Parts: sequence; C-alpha cells; structure tokens
Amino acid sequence: MMIFFWISLIVIVISMALFVYRLIKGPTAPDRVIALDAMGVTLISVVALLSLLVGTSFYLEIILLLAILSFIGTVAFSKFIEKGEIFDRGDSD
Amino acid sequence: MKSSDVILQTATKVVFFLIFLFAIHIFFAGHYTPGGGFVGGLLTASAIVLLLLAFDLKTVSRALPFNYTIMIAIGLLLALGTASASILFDVPFFTHAYDYFDLPLFGETSLHSAMLFDLGVYLVVVGATMNIILTIGSDD
Repeated sequence: MMIFFWISLIVIVISMALFVYRLIKGPTAPDRVIALDAMGVTLISVVALLSLLVGTSFYLEIILLLAILSFIGTVAFSKFIEKGEIFDRGDSD
Repeated sequence: MKSSDVILQTATKVVFFLIFLFAIHIFFAGHYTPGGGFVGGLLTASAIVLLLLAFDLKTVSRALPFNYTIMIAIGLLLALGTASASILFDVPFFTHAYDYFDLPLFGETSLHSAMLFDLGVYLVVVGATMNIILTIGSDD
C-alpha cells in the first residue's frame, strides 16, 4: 500500500510542475488564476498523502487551512477580473 | 453597476461562520497541537475579508462596528499585562500559571494563564491585518 501512496505522490508533484508552467506561460489572466487554484488543490492532496505516509493526523488541520485560503484567494482574483476592484465602497446604489 | 452575486453572498453567509469556528478551534488547540493566536487571528481576518468581498465596506462596517486600531491597543495591553503580572508574584518575567479545574461540561480541564497572552496576540493580529487591508483596499 505504501508504494501506491508514493506513486500517486510522484504523479501529483509532476502535475504541480505542469501547473507552474501554465502559471508562468498562461496567455491570459484567467488561465493563471485557474492554474493557481488547481495548484492549491494539488497542494492539499500532497499534504493528505504525506499525512498518510508519515502516519499522523496533525496535518489534517493544514488541509482545511489551505482549502480556506485557496478559496478566498480565488474569489478575490475572480472579483478583481470581473469588476476591476476588490472592495465595493457601498455608496454606488 | 448592478450587483448580481447572489451565489457568493448566500455562500458567504454560511462559510463565514465555518471559517470563524475553525479559527476559534485553532486558537484553543494552540496550546498542545499546531495553531495558536497568530494563525487564529489570520483566519479571522480572512473570514472578514470574505465578508468584504461578498458585500461592501459600508455594510461590513455596520455589521462589525470595531475600531481596529483600538483593538491593537487592547491586545498589546493584554499581552503585556499577562507577561508582567508574573513579577507581582515574585517569579521570573513571562512565567505562566496553570491548574486543573473541574468544569461542568468539559470534565477535568487544565486552564493556563498563557491563554490570555495568546488572546492578546490574536487581537493584535486581527487588528493589524484588518488595518492594512482596509487601508490598501478603500482608497481610490
């Protein structure tokens, strides 16, 4: 079972390197945002596989933390691309 | 511009409390396991940032009427007071006291005075982060 975890870890790290390529090369800004979000997901799976390999449950809170930060970052980038500003001031309507 | 982010606003009303509960869990778990006042404060600040993203500055400042500069001052006073209270008991600076109490719902619990110091760190981190974000985000 350990060899299965190691193989999946290697595959996920390779896909993460490809996401870094898309992050640098990406023709438009939405490509880069999606690559960053997917890198967050692969980082979460790397942490989960490491916690299986090491055999500890202390890493599980890091997974929740990374998921929250990745979600908020993606929402902020999307709002910036869509509306051009991060925070509304609230006096427009 | 007419705002049409119904999904984001509805999801934020639920997710805000989930993130805030996780921040409180991280804050209290910080004594024996990873976590503590710093990470809890950063998570609380990110929950408030999510509210700011979904709604606007005026709504959020009406819902959470905190002066974040005064919050930094209260946190620094709390941390400094907890650290220097040990001088009054004739023990070295920053020594913390702890004891075991029988609380009704939790059973036997160990209560530490280092938690008050951590609460000060929490307030300082929330205040400083929100000050930075509001200063950067609110000028045009």
